[in-house]
Amino acid sequence: MKFKLSTSLILFTAAVMFLSSCTGDKKLPILGPRAAETVKNADGTSHVDTVYQTIPDFRFLNQDSVYITNDNFKDKIYIADFFFTSCSTICPTMHRNMKTIFEKYKDNPEVMYLSHTIDFKYDKPAVLKKYAQKLGVDNGKWQFAYGSKDSIYKIAEHSYLVAVMEDTTAREGYVHQGWLVLIDKQKRIRGAYDGTNPKQVEQLMKDIPVLLAEDKK
Amino acid sequence: MRKFLIGSLFLLVIATIIYSCQDAGKIKQDVYYVNGRDLYIKHCQNCHGANGEGLGKLTPPLTDTIFLKKNKQQIACFIKNGIKSPIIVNGQMYEGSMPDFPTLANIDMAQLVVYISNSFGNKQGMYTQEEIARDLKNCR
Repeated sequence: MKFKLSTSLILFTAAVMFLSSCTGDKKLPILGPRAAETVKNADGTSHVDTVYQTIPDFRFLNQDSVYITNDNFKDKIYIADFFFTSCSTICPTMHRNMKTIFEKYKDNPEVMYLSHTIDFKYDKPAVLKKYAQKLGVDNGKWQFAYGSKDSIYKIAEHSYLVAVMEDTTAREGYVHQGWLVLIDKQKRIRGAYDGTNPKQVEQLMKDIPVLLAEDKK
Repeated sequence: MRKFLIGSLFLLVIATIIYSCQDAGKIKQDVYYVNGRDLYIKHCQNCHGANGEGLGKLTPPLTDTIFLKKNKQQIACFIKNGIKSPIIVNGQMYEGSMPDFPTLANIDMAQLVVYISNSFGNKQGMYTQEEIARDLKNCR
């Protein structure tokens, strides 16, 4: 009898664990530095809340020579990266993978893409336009951003946490990391994936629906 | 049962004989092919893709077997010096430039040519480093 009871107990626990592991809400982490700040409530009292790092306001020219700002990405989740059009090392692989995602979410207006060029000398909007057309993604969902060196490099390192730099010793003049950075509707970083690593890109594809579902609630 | 055993043994012997009859040339080509694949992954795959599919209208695919056949003597020049003028592959014009790879040795390029011209649906056999050396002299 005792044996039977313990067995059924174990079975029951196992079943509960099994079920809860299936229904468990998956949530993506919020990345980047955070701070505890005292926030004022509506009724005049105050409480301490966690403030997460967000992407600050920006204003860049896109491939159509039109200024794009945060507003273009309002109520969207987007994938950001840093590249340059004459890059023949990691960028083609990154954009090949990003294009796969682009094709997959073609009909979802909530998913967008933002590629910043770090080649401020050559990649003027007209060059970006040609690049977008040739890549076959020039429909407005994938924005290509051109800005001054300062503004792009600053937002890369301080906001998207991607290292970029001009390097005259590098064959093509620039070095940068190949992160695809996933940004949620509150402009927080929810994931960073190596755009040249098929496994991480696969993970990104799995994480997009998770993030989309989160905002539905 | 006995018949079956003898039969399968016989087949195995025949298979071994045929397999070992592969000539030295084929083996050399296989060596070039395997080395060429490593070089391809290192130098070419970023743009041309794991399956030689290219990338949009930015990078031409390597699946146009007629183009490869026609321009085989040019491939070494393409790799060594890069491409600056527009080319037409698979009926599509590609305007961008291809970077040069001046540090690659003739043997590397021969192995690359063997890999590319025997992958992605191409099947064009061996290419030697002597042919590469000859091609490089005639670069346009």
